[in-house]
Parts: sequence; C-alpha cells; structure tokens
Amino acid sequence: MVSLNQLVIVCLTYVAGLFIVAFAAERAALRGHGDWLLRSPLVYTLSLSIYCTAWTFYGAVGYAARSGLEYVTIYLGPSLIMVAWWWLLRRLVRIGRAQRVTSIADLISSRFGKSNLLAIVVTTMAVIGVTPYIALQLQSVTLSLSIFAVSEAPADGAVPDLGSSALWVAVGLALFTVLFGTRNLNVNERHHGVVIAVAVEAVVKLVALLAVGIFVVWGLAGGIENTLARIDASDIGQWRVDGSRWAALTILAAAAFVCLPRMFQVMVVENDDERHLQIASWAFPLYLMLMSLFVVPIAVTGLDLLPPGSNPDLFVLSLPLSEGQNGLAMLSFLGGFSSATSMVIVATLALSTMVSNHIVMPIFLAVRQGGASQSGDVRNVVILARRLSILLIIGLGYSYYRASGGSGALAAIGLISFGGVAQFLPALLGGIFWRGATRAGALSGLATGFALWMFTMLLPSFGEGVALSAGIFAEGVLGLGWLRPQALFGIEGLDPTVHAVVWSLSLNALVFGLVSIFTFPDPVERLQGAQFVNVLDHSRPTRSWTASVAGSEELMIMAQRILGAREAQVFFRHWAQRQGGAGTLPEPTPDFVQALERELAGAVGAATAHAMVAQIVGGASVSVQDLLAVADESAQMLEYSSQLEAKSRELVETAAQLRAANEKLTQLSLQKDNFLSQISHELRTPMTSIRSFSEILRDTDRLSAEDKTRYASIIHTEALRLTRLLDDLLDLSVLENGQVTLNLARCTLGDVLDHAVTTAQTGATRPLTIERDPAEENLGFLTDPDRLAQVFINLVTNAQKYCVSAAPRLRISTARHDGWIDVIFLDNGAGIAPQDRALVFEKFTRLMRTGDAGDGAGLGLSICREIMTRLGGHIDLVEGGDGTAFRVRLPAGQAEAPKARVGDMQRVG
Amino acid sequence: MDALRVLPFLGLALWMVPLLWPLGPGPEGLPPGTGADTAPGMTTADALRYIFGVWLLLILSAAVLWRRTGDLPGPGEPVDPAAPAEGGG
Amino acid sequence: MGKRVVLVEDELNIAEAIRFLLSREGWRVETLANGSSALKVIRKAMPDLVMLDVMLPGRSGFEILQDLRADPELQALPVLMLTARGQSRDREMAERAGVSRFMTKPFSNAEMLDAVRDLTRGGPAG
Repeated sequence: MVSLNQLVIVCLTYVAGLFIVAFAAERAALRGHGDWLLRSPLVYTLSLSIYCTAWTFYGAVGYAARSGLEYVTIYLGPSLIMVAWWWLLRRLVRIGRAQRVTSIADLISSRFGKSNLLAIVVTTMAVIGVTPYIALQLQSVTLSLSIFAVSEAPADGAVPDLGSSALWVAVGLALFTVLFGTRNLNVNERHHGVVIAVAVEAVVKLVALLAVGIFVVWGLAGGIENTLARIDASDIGQWRVDGSRWAALTILAAAAFVCLPRMFQVMVVENDDERHLQIASWAFPLYLMLMSLFVVPIAVTGLDLLPPGSNPDLFVLSLPLSEGQNGLAMLSFLGGFSSATSMVIVATLALSTMVSNHIVMPIFLAVRQGGASQSGDVRNVVILARRLSILLIIGLGYSYYRASGGSGALAAIGLISFGGVAQFLPALLGGIFWRGATRAGALSGLATGFALWMFTMLLPSFGEGVALSAGIFAEGVLGLGWLRPQALFGIEGLDPTVHAVVWSLSLNALVFGLVSIFTFPDPVERLQGAQFVNVLDHSRPTRSWTASVAGSEELMIMAQRILGAREAQVFFRHWAQRQGGAGTLPEPTPDFVQALERELAGAVGAATAHAMVAQIVGGASVSVQDLLAVADESAQMLEYSSQLEAKSRELVETAAQLRAANEKLTQLSLQKDNFLSQISHELRTPMTSIRSFSEILRDTDRLSAEDKTRYASIIHTEALRLTRLLDDLLDLSVLENGQVTLNLARCTLGDVLDHAVTTAQTGATRPLTIERDPAEENLGFLTDPDRLAQVFINLVTNAQKYCVSAAPRLRISTARHDGWIDVIFLDNGAGIAPQDRALVFEKFTRLMRTGDAGDGAGLGLSICREIMTRLGGHIDLVEGGDGTAFRVRLPAGQAEAPKARVGDMQRVG
Repeated sequence: MDALRVLPFLGLALWMVPLLWPLGPGPEGLPPGTGADTAPGMTTADALRYIFGVWLLLILSAAVLWRRTGDLPGPGEPVDPAAPAEGGG
Repeated sequence: MGKRVVLVEDELNIAEAIRFLLSREGWRVETLANGSSALKVIRKAMPDLVMLDVMLPGRSGFEILQDLRADPELQALPVLMLTARGQSRDREMAERAGVSRFMTKPFSNAEMLDAVRDLTRGGPAG
C-alpha cells in the first residue's frame, strides 16, 4: 500500500528532478554546450508528446472501455499530419522561422496584415478553448491522487479533501512555467529548460504506460493470444464505431494537433531545425502508436478484473494497485502526473505569450501615449505581463476546475477543447495556401465557427438547464426549431460531436471563403499573404520600411528596452558592420529596420513589434515596389505574366505590321487625297499654255507669221500632252478595274525589246546608250506583245529622262530561272533613294530629280505595274548596286497561259 | 519525393476503411446498425490488428522515405520545389 | 528703264507666254525654271515683282516665298503666285506665307496683266 505521504514525497522529488534537469539545460544552452541533445530530433519528437496529456494517459483507457476502438482516432489524426509533414508542417515551420512567429495567434494576425484585432480574437478563443483542458489536467491529478487516498481511506473512514491538492499542483506548475518560461524574452531563443523537461516527462509517461500495458498483457492476461481472446469476449469485443464519428474525430484530432496553441509552440516555435520534422514524421507516429498500443488490453482487463462501477478513466492506476503492484502504480502515477504537468506548462506558456503579446502589450502601449520611444524599460513590462498571464491562465484553469466540480468524463472535455481550437484551421490553412484570404474573411470565419462551437459543443456540455435551458435544447433559441444546439437547421439524429464539428468547421470555412472572396486585402495583408503562401519558394522577407526618417538612436533606445541592452548593442553593431560603416549605429536602411522588427517580433509578437517600429519610423509603408514584388513573387502571376508576355509579343508584332501597313496606307491615302489635286495640276498646266497662247493669237494683231506658227505649235503640243494624260488615265483605270483585253500572241523577247527601244528612242533629245545581248533574248513565249512593249518603252523612256549620268547607259539583261524570265533594266544613274522606293509605282509619283519633269504625269510606272500583273508577272525595283534597276518578271512556261481574270480573255490567241 | 507526398493520403484511405465494416452488436446485445445480428461483424481484435498494422506500415514507410530522400536542404538554403532533392539509393 | 520681273516657272511654254505678255507691256522679264537658285537670282536682280509657280523642281514656291519674307531687304517685294493645283489649302498656305496675290491656272491674260499692274501700281512705265 502506498501512503499518500509517500506519494507526495515521490512527486516532489520528481518535480525537483525536473527543475534540476530544466535548470541544467538552460545553463548548458547558455554556454553553448549540449547542442547535440538540446537541438536533437529526439528531443523535438519527445517534446511533441505533450499532445498526449493526462487525457491520453488516463482517459484513453476509459474511452476504450466505453466506446471501443474509437479512442484511437485521437492518435490517427496527428499521425497523418506528421506523415504529411511535407504538405503542411514544413510550410508552418518555414513561416514561423521567416516571420519569427511566437504563437498561432501571432501567425494568423501576421498573415492577415499584422492585425491586432485578429490576434486578440484568436487569443481569446484559445484561452476559452484551452482553459477547460487545463482544468482537465488538474482534475486528473486530483483524481489519481484520490485513488491512492481511497485505498488508504478505510483506515480512518474519511477521504481527505483533495481539492487543495489541485491548488498545490497549480501553484507548482505556475512556478515552473514562470521560472523557465519567461527566462528569456525572445521566444525564438527557445525555452530549452522547458523543452528538455517536457522530453523527460514524455519518456516517463511512455515508459509508465508501456510498463502497465506489459504487466497487464503478460502478467494478468497471460500473453498476446489470451489477451486478444479476452478482448473479443469482452463487452467491446465487436467493432461498433459509428462511421461518422470515426471520420469526424480523426479529422478533428488532426485539426487540433495543428491548431492547439501548445502544439504550435513545440512544433513550430521551438523548432530548431526543419530536418527534425523529417525524423519526427515517423518517430512521433511511432510514439503515438506505442502510447495507444496497450489501451484496449488495459481497458478490457480492467473491465474484467475490477469491480463494476470502478472509474475506467483510472484503470491505469487501479489495476496495478488492485494487484498489489505498488511500484508500478507509483510509476503509472508519475506517468499521469507527467502528462498533466507537461501539458499545463507548455499550454500556459503558449497562451501567456499570446495574452501578453496581443492583449497586455497593445493596451500598455496605448495607455502610455508617449509610445515606444519614451524612456522606461519595456522589457520588464513584457516579462511582467507574461508572468501575470501565466498566473492568470493557470488561475483560470483552476477556477474552471473548481467551478465544474471535476465532473464529466475526461474524453468529453478533451473533445470540446479540440473542437474550439480546430476553429483556427480554416484561417490557418487559408492563410498559408491561399493568397486571396483576407482579414475580414478570417475574422468572420473565426467568429462564425467559434459561435457555433460555443452553441453546439461548449454550452451543451454543461448539461441541460445550466448554460442553456432545457427549452432551448428541445425547441431551439426563441422557439425556432432550426436553432436547436444539437440539431441545427433541423438535421437530427447526428451524433452531437459530429454535428458540432461538421457544422462549426464547415460554416467557418464557408464564411471565411466567401467573405475573403468579396473583400479586398489591404497592401500589408497582400504582402504578408504572398510571403506566407510562397514561403517555400524564397525565404527572404520583402516588406520594407521607408526608414530614412527613422532615427537610429531612437530605434536603439527602443530595442534596448525590449531586447535588453547587450543584445540590442550586439544586434546594432552587427548591422553596422554589415553595412560597412564605422561606429556602432547602422544606417536605418529598410533592410535593417525590417530585421529589427523581426527581432522585436520574437519578443513581443509581430503586431506589437510592427506597431512599435511604426511609431518611430512614422507609419507602415508599403511601396509600389513592394506591391510589384508581391506580383513578381507569385508563381501564378509569373505564369500568367509569361502568357501575357507572349500575348504582348504577338501584339507588338501585330502592331508593327499594322504600323507598316498604316504607314503605307497613310502615304497611299495622301496620294489618293492628292489625286484630284494632281489631276487638276496635270490638266491645268497644259491648259494654261493653251489658253494663254490662244488669247495671244486672238488678241494680238501684229504677230509675225513665224510667231503665229510657233505659238500654234505650242498649243498643239500641249493639246497632245493633254490627250496623252487622258489616255494614260483611262488606260490605268481600265487596267485597275480589270477590264483590260489582252491580245495574246506568240512572240520572242528580242522582237518586243527591239520594238520598244526603237519607239522610245524616236524623237529622244538626250543620247542613251543601250546595251543588249541578243543571244539571251531569243526566248519565245505567249504574251500580249503590245502591252509588254508598253512596259519596256516606259522603262527605256524613264532611263532616258531621269538617268543623271553624263553618259547615260542602259543595260538590258535577261535571265531565266524557276519558271520565270527576268528582264532587268539597269541604268548608270544615281538610283532611287530608299524612302522613295515604295512610292515609285504609285500614281503621280514624280521624284523630280531633274527639271525636265513636265513631260509625264507620273502614271507610267503605275501603268507598268498593272500591265505586268495582267500578264501574270510583276515589276519591281532591284535593290543594291549603283543606278536604278527595274526587274520585269514574266512567266516563262510555254504552256502557261498568262494570267488574266476569268471572263477577260475574250480574244485569246 | 512523390511517395512522400502521397503517403499521408494512402494512410488516410487505409484508416477510413473501417467505415465499411459492419457494426457489431452493442454491449446490451441490441444491434445499433442494420443487419448486425446476422453478420458476425468485425471483432475488436481484428480491428486492432488492422489499424495498428496500417500504423506500423506508415511509420516504416515514413522512416524508409526519410532514409532514402536524405536530409532536406538547411533552412538557409531555399528549396526549389521544381527540383526535389534526390537521395542516394 | 523698265521695271523688272523675275518669273520662276518650270513649265517652259507657260513661261514663254508670260514673258511675251509682260515684255509687250515694257517689263524686263528674267525667267528661271528651277526653284533652288531662285533666291539668289532675285537678290541679284532686285526686281519690282516676283512671279512664282508653286510646284517647282528644287525648291517649292512656298519655300521661296518664305525665304523672301524672311529677308529684310526683300520683305516688301510683291509676289504673285501661280498654281495649277486648284486647292484652297494652297491659297491659305500662300496667304499665311505672305503672298501678295494668288492666281490659279489657267488664267486669262488680261487677268494676269491686271494683277501685275495692280501689284506694281500702274505698270512698268509709271
């Protein structure tokens, strides 16, 4: 028989041992020793075991005794989350590191634009959700003590009052947490003492549970086979877990595993190395499996051996006790004690960080109007706030325990707590995976989920008539049938837990999503969103201060008060050196201010740090570059923008084509625009001479016969010129409208050229040497010889008129290739300027190189072009070389009929 | 790397298999589910074997994957999601 | 000593007609067919009147007119402009450039002579 006093002594020794271990770890960490252990994946994995609280240690057996295998869902969820570390935890840890996140409230507020309101909401929810859980731990310690007390009681007939034991446990835990949890202010320096103590406790509880389990299986049940047989024969021998509960509880446990403040603390905040996650990904599921391995055997054996009415929640203790295994019972008690204390310590630590950073500090800063740059040691205030928060939270837990009278099955309280913190999940997941999530969405989602949780889970848990009247249970709020806490919207028959989880989480997520879609994030939010979502792509922070106005001294004063004088000086000196400057004060560059803000965030949380720096720097500013950076960072945006780039390239190309076309059109349109003006000019010019000389002839009496003849001949010449112009215009019009009639005949190139050269040179005033090679011109083909000659005449005449050489020479050469005959007219003149080339073939283009421009109307080449098109060839300018080179290209094929429009070829042959 | 990503979903699927099991008779002998009095149902021992078997499988797979993929790049080095680290073996 | 006129006209037949008509009235007519040397010739000749075609090889009538108006010595010189392009835009341009009289071809001889007389107040004898 173990006496209560013995138990208390063992307990105190154990606690003293924990203090020593924690103290030693702190010292070692301070000296930089013992990193191999303190920062080992083993310790990290073991510290995760605070997931397994007294609820696990005692409650799981009770749970199994009541509901069979359903208890195991509480461990399946977290195991899946660990195995899925690649998807979620890796991101969380990376974000926690990059943003120096101090708690889950800090993470959510930081993600949604460093909103303090959000942080307060999350903190409040966490406190409300976790306080029952802390009460649960105190209750379990008291209950376990009562087992020993009961076994001792018959001696004097009275069970000693154990209420005070809960108080003592609470005080002890508060002391430990204050001592080791607020030792160093910067949470990111991590609480080595706490972590190592938690790790030790993890080993103790595992060993204790395994020991009881082994004793039960091999000591009481007689081996594995017998145990399994006994299980099948028991009341819980049949699988009768409700499917919806199975799935819902697995998901709920998974959600809580991520969202519980204490889990977030050990998993993200205390994480030293991302690689530890990888090891924990299999090691922690292993731990969980071992913890739950013997639960069913213990439950079944307990149901078998212990008298009916024994509390199944305490089988772990009462079984060894009833078998007289005092040592084992003691170990088991220590295991349960460890589970309870480690949970309370870490949960309190996590909550107190949240309370002090998000509630106390902002109030303190607001109350002190002077703000962060005034004198006074903020550092002390922060630590004091944190210590007070610890006391407050443990006090709350204790009060809850006293108020609730320690009633109710352990598992029920645990599940309620899980349901409360699981409400963070949509905001958390949305925040790190979805850039579109907004603060308004997070706030409304959290509020919805939390309100539903209160209504469907927390308040009903007090029982009918306590928080909610029996009337509300039966008829709903205000008599509205669809507002019954366990049958929302009239859906009845669901298990109350499943009902609460499904409604609160799904509506939470729905509201979060919808509000996010319909609200617009502010710049800081958007920036943080990008950094959180893309944390794996780049871990560099990008938000910057326009810090030129921030005085380094002021920042230094503030930093000293929060980080401590020595740490602040080291930090500032480090930055000064990094910037390459002399002295100890760095320039307040945006990089530096941002690094400082993150350093401060480690001590007081992102929102508070942001507010403090903002007070000195003069307002948070997000520059256009920042926003551009956000845009740049998004992989989606990149993909999208590359598509845009491709599109814009296409557009640029199209635009260039359009521009070229437009240029030509503009020029053409100018030409067209000037068409009437040109025709007017071409008609009026000869008419001026005709009119003038005819008036002279008419009005002048004493003209010599010679003059008369001369003036008459001028009139005649000009009249001919007019006729020619009209002919040309008509010709062109006919050619352009496709009404031309071709007189096709077989001829040789030489003959056509002969005719053209002779015609062109008749009456020519300037000499022009024409070089030809009759041999290559001996090509026969089918064409309209007159029209072709017209083209050649035009080209020869042009050379005659416009070739500026002192000894004008025109070389006519012929080449045959690819089914074409090329006749090239190359003169030795000055050539045509590049900008004029495009216009040469347009109507009325006269380049006016010589004064002898009065002859043609500038229609010749236009006509040539039209003729060549009708003949199935074309005419163009050959670039390069000296002089002007026109190339007339004819189809060479014997059988090839010259191209003419259908219906035009009335007189073929 | 892909196995690493798929593993949790495999685990989830296997652990949701019990949803398909017929419900056994209740402790008072009343069948909470339908047709449970004729079908023998799944015994808790079998269920235990199955669930813990899957558990063990997941743990071993995760451990093997950890061995195979090797360590992640350190926190200072950016992880390029397009080029997952290939371990030896 | 008759008054002098410089006629810049690339259409030789038109130039001949104008020369005939003005000579008969006692003008000394100096003709040139190229716009580029017009300013030089005008400056040298210091005529009483300049007659300008618009479309000229080398330098257009507008440009020559602008040059004349920019030259302090030649600023006040009467300029009669002749064009075969019947657009009102040309007339506006010419007026903006400071033309004294603008005539569209073809013109009647009397009309042209009237304009010349008008611009030189009475003709070469007066």
